[in-house]
Amino acid sequence: MLAESMLRELREALGSKNVLSETEDLLTYAYDATAAMRRKTPDVVVAPKSTEEVSQVLKIAQKYGLPVYPRGSGTNLSGGTIPLEGGIVLSLLNMNRILEVDTENLTATVQPGVIIQDLNNEVAQHGLLYPPDPGTVTTATMGGSVSECSGGLRGLKYGVTKHYMMGMRLVLADGEVIKWGGKTVKNVTGYDLTALFTGAEGTLGIITEILVKLIPAPEARKSLLGVFDDVDKAGRAISAIIRNRIIPATLEIMDNMTLRTVENFTHAGLPIEAEAVLLIEVDGYKEVVEREAALVEDVLQQEGAVEVKVAKDEQERERIWFARRSALPALAQKKPTTVLEDATVPRSKIPEMLKAIREIAHKHDLLIGTFGHAGDGNLHPTILTDERDKEEMARVEKAVDEIFQVAISLGGTLSGEHGIGIAKAKYLPLEFGEAGVRTLRRIKEALDPQYRLNPGKIVIRKE
Amino acid sequence: MGIYSTLTSIEGELHKCMKCGNCQAVCPIYKETRHEVGVARGKISLVEALLSGETEMTEGLSERFSLCTTCMACNANCPCGVRFDQIILAARAEAVRQKGLHSGKAIAFGALKRQGLFDLGLKVGSVFQGVALKRIPGRKSGSRLRFEVGIGKTKVFPNLAKRTLRSELPEIIRPAGTAKMRVAFFTGCMINYFYTDMGKAVVEVLIENSLEVVIPNGQGCCGIPASVNGDVESARVMAKRNLREFENMGAEALVVACSSGGSAWKHVYAELLSDEPKWRALAEKWAEKSYDIAEFLVDRIPFKEEGLGRVERKVTYHDPCHLNRGQGIYAEPREILIKIPGLELIEMKEPGRCCGMAGSFSLIHPELSDQILERKIQDIAQTHTDTVATGCPACRLQLESGVENADLQEDVVHTVQILAESYRAGKLEPGV
Ligand SMILES: Cc1cc2nc3c(=O)[nH]c(=O)nc-3n(C[C@H](O)[C@H](O)[C@H](O)COP(=O)(O)OP(=O)(O)OC[C@H]3O[C@@H](n4cnc5c(N)ncnc54)[C@H](O)[C@@H]3O)c2cc1C
Ligand code: SF4
Ligand code: SF4
Repeated sequence: MLAESMLRELREALGSKNVLSETEDLLTYAYDATAAMRRKTPDVVVAPKSTEEVSQVLKIAQKYGLPVYPRGSGTNLSGGTIPLEGGIVLSLLNMNRILEVDTENLTATVQPGVIIQDLNNEVAQHGLLYPPDPGTVTTATMGGSVSECSGGLRGLKYGVTKHYMMGMRLVLADGEVIKWGGKTVKNVTGYDLTALFTGAEGTLGIITEILVKLIPAPEARKSLLGVFDDVDKAGRAISAIIRNRIIPATLEIMDNMTLRTVENFTHAGLPIEAEAVLLIEVDGYKEVVEREAALVEDVLQQEGAVEVKVAKDEQERERIWFARRSALPALAQKKPTTVLEDATVPRSKIPEMLKAIREIAHKHDLLIGTFGHAGDGNLHPTILTDERDKEEMARVEKAVDEIFQVAISLGGTLSGEHGIGIAKAKYLPLEFGEAGVRTLRRIKEALDPQYRLNPGKIVIRKE
Repeated sequence: MGIYSTLTSIEGELHKCMKCGNCQAVCPIYKETRHEVGVARGKISLVEALLSGETEMTEGLSERFSLCTTCMACNANCPCGVRFDQIILAARAEAVRQKGLHSGKAIAFGALKRQGLFDLGLKVGSVFQGVALKRIPGRKSGSRLRFEVGIGKTKVFPNLAKRTLRSELPEIIRPAGTAKMRVAFFTGCMINYFYTDMGKAVVEVLIENSLEVVIPNGQGCCGIPASVNGDVESARVMAKRNLREFENMGAEALVVACSSGGSAWKHVYAELLSDEPKWRALAEKWAEKSYDIAEFLVDRIPFKEEGLGRVERKVTYHDPCHLNRGQGIYAEPREILIKIPGLELIEMKEPGRCCGMAGSFSLIHPELSDQILERKIQDIAQTHTDTVATGCPACRLQLESGVENADLQEDVVHTVQILAESYRAGKLEPGV
């Protein structure tokens, strides 16, 4: 039970409207977008409006010895916002102001609760772009996407969130406030804490202000769809495009299982006989886009595509990407539980990875649809199952283990963009070994010795 | 068993939800409160907790279920096709079964605190009681009704009509010459008691198009205010009464000029009566020939274009949620408007965004309703038009109040009123 005095202190600090303590509200903070996770209800939810208020919350949490779980929109896929040990959920959604768009230094300063798309709508007025675009651009917060170091469809050419981070304001576990980085392109003063806190999943500090880099928005874009009757050919086409020194903004793949499901769901006219399709977009200056699109078309044909479609107008382009965006929801309709993985390999290993996933599906008799960001090696093998079926879930677990093992043996990583959270914490030794995990723990304990911030995620406390 | 009878009927819809959170992008309530319970995903998780036994139906829970304008924006944006409108109606019906009507403490308190509003709600809504309304002098609206809605704001209500529409008009109205068809007009409460000008415009336009109009005297409230708040029993009584009255008078088609009435006749009656085969069959028969007035004029008869006179208005059109997403009607009203000579249609930023009225929602949550309205009014102001057209008297009420409070010089009318105006102008123009 919570101490009455603590609730009182929180209400005094934040205003009672911003402190939720009734069960009916708390129940709605027990989950995020991660499938098959046990729900856990927090004791209280607070929604501060400023850095100072966040700092006060952490001091109160320290006084009463409660854990603090930062939360943006709760769309992460690794259990990152589930309050495993109860305590306080700290919603950053009330800190939702865009503080500055600097068109001379090409930066924007935002509070963490700003929705990515809202920032993009604002900077678009100046002909600028903030490129990281996870599938959840219209819902995810800047704070959440920085904390997950989110990627997205444009990763191949534009990189991911960390490539746009220039600085941040942070509240540390004891309530102390620090500011790091700045508007200069060059900055080597001290350790790069901005990099450390990007992708830290709220386990090291609370981000209360974010300084990001912007780029000029590309003038034109063009989308293509390449159909393959053989996954290996599709894989070779990916390498061939890059070898021809074209870096598309987006280079996505969907396998046959995903294609069939998406077609069934969207009726977008996808070739359901195909073993794989590549969805490609090039962008930049108009002339360059025309040249690159023609080149990509040639390469696809040379690599044995049975069909290449070029989107003629915005409507056709939208149809292609609608199909891609529907991949996950469509797969999710097939079975009650969708286990979405995020293992990533160097792009040259994509065909091997796809083959391995198929073998794993076959071996454990599971339905696995694979789609993802082929251009940057980030695949999303998606296991369709039913969490109530204990026997099948045991097989799912084995399959997941094997997917990780293959990814790492191919020189890849456990997670490309969805984060470690609860879901993947136990696999860390696989990638770093014990010494690596020990290093993570030492960093965590140096900054947050009490495991106050998001406990149970990434670094598990030693018993 | 239908959604109004058991909560388990929507288990399939719950299973479809993968908790992606996409509904956050469009929910008008969530945009204001930023509390997870405001968004569809939050309320879905509460229904799940209820079904799994993790929680019981509490007053607090039924209060949370009232936090929804049923605008269906989440339905439209859900990648998994979750029918959240069905989920929320089933949840509210369950709340009433277990806790009784208006069990929520806040609901009762909120409404009782503003007794005037509550009475008005009842009057407009399901349980018409003939409570006398006091006239309160307003700022510039003369004798309009104004009510405190908390936060120092007032809501402006239209006056009760001196005579209700149905007492003013005969039950059967014939056009000059032979009628092409017999059309029944379901007026709905708001048009009958407040906006008789809208009802008259409907009749005027139908007559102008050589149609016979019948307005069955025995018709009553559509029942939607009861069914959306979970009072399924009252809603069933009203549905049956209306079906009986219209069946007695008979007509080839039925038209409505309000979005709840349209939803009622097209979808809700058959669903409400799904456990009674005879009634359901009757409801389905009428559903087939029920039309929104704009839909009827554009898709069913094509309305007469000769004789349309100039109407010098700059118009922006607000899409009522239950007409647009509920019945798929957004092109038809615009088609009518652009055919009117002299009229300029200027779209606002998000014409399909909820205005925050949502019937009794605006009485239970006046502050939220007002915040949602404010965004709408800003969008309207940016169009620099002089007229807001819409397809529902409830939206008109809300928008009129917002426009008045923002001191905008903007007429708020039903599309069909502008059409009637155009026919009238046509008669005065030489040589048309
Ligand atoms: C359908 C779907 C598609 C997706 N597509 C992609 C994709 O293409 N690419 C991709 O990378 N991800 C994707 N995701 C994952 C997810 O959307 C992103 O990780 C997103 O950026 C999370 O943002 P959020 O605001 O929801 O954060 P939350 O889920 O609320 O939080 C994420 C993590 O950040 C922490 N946190 C939040 N705010 C702060 C703060 N201010 N300070 C410190 N810590 C904080 C939380 O504790 C948590 O650990 C997808 C998810 C879904 C459901
Ligand atoms: S958008 Fe649909 S599937 Fe996603 S959380 Fe909302 S209701 Fe569930
Ligand atoms: S129907 Fe409208 S108000 Fe209700 S949850 Fe969906 S989007 Fe929100």
